[in-house]
Amino acid sequence: MSQTSSISAPRALSARTPAIARRKSNRVRGTWPVLVLFLPPALLLFTVFVILPMGEAAWYSFYNWNGYGLPTQWIGTKNYELIFNNGAFRQALINNGLIILVSIVIQIPLALWIATMVTHRIKGAVMFRLLFFLPYVLADVAAGMIWRFVYDGQFGLVAGIFNAMGMSAPFWLADRQVAFYAVLGVIVWKYFGFHMMLFVAGLQSIDKSVLEAADIDGATGWQKFYRVTLPMLGSTVRLSVFFAVIGSLQLFDMIMPLTGGGPSNATQTLVTFLYSFGVMRMQVGFGSAVGVVLFVICVVLAFSYKRIFMKND
Amino acid sequence: MNMSFGRLARHRLAIALSAAALMAGVSSASAQSVIKWLHLETNAERLGTWQEIAAAYEAEHPDVKIEFQFLENEAFKAKLPTLLQSNEAPSMFYTWAGGVLKAQMQTGAIRDITAAMDADGGAWRNSINPAAVAAMTFEDKVWAAPIQSGVVSFFYNKELFEQAGVDGTAIATWDDFLGAVQKLKDAGITPIAGGGGDKWPLHFYWSYLAMRELGHDGFEAAKNGEGFTGEGFVAASQKLIDLGAMQPFQEGYLGATWPDAMATFADGRAAIVLGFENTATPTIQRGAATDGEGLAQDNIGRFPFPVVEGAPGLITDDFGGINGWVVTTNAPPETEDFLKFFTNAENSAKIAERNAILPTTIGAEVGVKDPSMAEAAAQKAQATWHQNYLDQDLGPNVGRVVNDMSAELAAGQISPEDALQQIQDAFSLEM
Repeated sequence: MSQTSSISAPRALSARTPAIARRKSNRVRGTWPVLVLFLPPALLLFTVFVILPMGEAAWYSFYNWNGYGLPTQWIGTKNYELIFNNGAFRQALINNGLIILVSIVIQIPLALWIATMVTHRIKGAVMFRLLFFLPYVLADVAAGMIWRFVYDGQFGLVAGIFNAMGMSAPFWLADRQVAFYAVLGVIVWKYFGFHMMLFVAGLQSIDKSVLEAADIDGATGWQKFYRVTLPMLGSTVRLSVFFAVIGSLQLFDMIMPLTGGGPSNATQTLVTFLYSFGVMRMQVGFGSAVGVVLFVICVVLAFSYKRIFMKND
Repeated sequence: MNMSFGRLARHRLAIALSAAALMAGVSSASAQSVIKWLHLETNAERLGTWQEIAAAYEAEHPDVKIEFQFLENEAFKAKLPTLLQSNEAPSMFYTWAGGVLKAQMQTGAIRDITAAMDADGGAWRNSINPAAVAAMTFEDKVWAAPIQSGVVSFFYNKELFEQAGVDGTAIATWDDFLGAVQKLKDAGITPIAGGGGDKWPLHFYWSYLAMRELGHDGFEAAKNGEGFTGEGFVAASQKLIDLGAMQPFQEGYLGATWPDAMATFADGRAAIVLGFENTATPTIQRGAATDGEGLAQDNIGRFPFPVVEGAPGLITDDFGGINGWVVTTNAPPETEDFLKFFTNAENSAKIAERNAILPTTIGAEVGVKDPSMAEAAAQKAQATWHQNYLDQDLGPNVGRVVNDMSAELAAGQISPEDALQQIQDAFSLEM
């Protein structure tokens, strides 16, 4: 299907070009009033709330400043040196990487698997869909607090299960070796429903006749999935991964009530690091520098991902 | 991600906008002065006493209205800088004195209350313990009205001590203390309740150990520029590592908050807690325990943090908080008058009696009826040195590093040298 369109496209384009150009210039003239009327408010808001604060953060990042008065003590790139020499920052970077990895290796395949099941016309499919989506609807802070109780080694659900089996309960959130895996578990639980919904939407847009054709050709279930469904879901998968990456870089509200970044900074993410080391310590200059680093990471990741993986979407 | 950017700037604008909206309403309201009282008290009983005093003041001064505003502890610390520089600044707010108060002073966001203190021949100033006033004084000006001060010491469960065959009253040195911990462990009892998740409960250990190792002069020299990498600090840090290596804390203590630790002690699940002066009071025990009862007061013993043999620190060198109320620059002029009323002997005694605090107002000690509180007051009265909490005294940045490092040391995750270097790095940025 895609082959035929790509062959016929150039010829059709070249024939239509002058007409399109004329229509385009008309359209541009027609859009000017709209631009003048509608762009300034958005531009102003964007400038005041996004561009200016970003510039300010970049400016603060060269000062040793506690947030009171105006920054006066210029320290050059010292804040950036401190960041890159900070063990907690390295841990946060690793953790963010781990979140992305787990999202890609566990969360997205799981979401896809469940999505293929709940799109089939099985009994209660809609209810299952709702059930799996529920954790995503829950506020991040609430989820964090709930799981703090679940993991509690004294009174929690996990403790209850272990005690019922006659074992002493573990304190996962207090163990720096294990804590982040416990957090990863919550992340998968919380967000796979969202990815599942993306896949459900993607699966529903697949033309049934293609699958029927595969059936007629004698394809097995696995072949149908691997050769037909998955390639046609390509753009959804790429979008899903993109959301996972961005979500990892933004992760904050759930971590704070769950572990607060501890023990020993084992569960810091970039944003909780910024908060604990910048805001809570009243080191606004340092915090701004972390913000700048985070911004650069986001921009680089987002743009290169779009360039490399999503250029056809 | 963008959230993190220019949080302050955006906040300022948002606050300015909402303030503008509010102003429209306020200006038309009336000539009544509104004292906005920002606090972080979660204990309903305490808040009740304050509200009662505020109501009494309002009754005497019909033109003054007192509004309570609440922020949770951590949120309070995080928001205060922005709040103070906005039009929404409270009229008065809570302080732990120390470096944080000093930083606030330097910004011009808060008002010195020296004139009010010295009015009428210094009536207000003379009504308050001079050491407490001194703790709130920078550059010869008083920046907050002191209300209470405390002392951190060890509390123990007498029953559990007896089971393990430990005599709590005989613990005088650090070695005695370690011996007691070992005996408790051998008896199958969790020796200490710790709140490693909040970190600051462990900074009590590091602070006291450093005070004992260095003594007053050595410690002051460190604060005044000598720094935190000296021998005494290494020895103190090593002692905390050694204590942690004995695994004396309850399981999972590194994830436990202070309320968790207090519950562990009040439930009788651990024998010792290094806590605030009011730990043994029925109010606190009721609030802390899972069953809403806690330990009976006669089951709780108390001993001051032991000394390190051969080190200059004295058993009478105290560590504990000092608190007060700060007046902001644009607060209504009645705020000082209200604080004077709030801290008078009668009201202070009332608060002391009902809410388990040690008042700083002279003559309010009569309100300290609880025997364990009276014991703490007696210890404080004999103090040779009173050191404020380090996470307040050293300012928010160095203080947080001290808290972090205390938790890392107790967990055995860092060497004394590395921990001290981190404290020193933060400290040198402040100098």
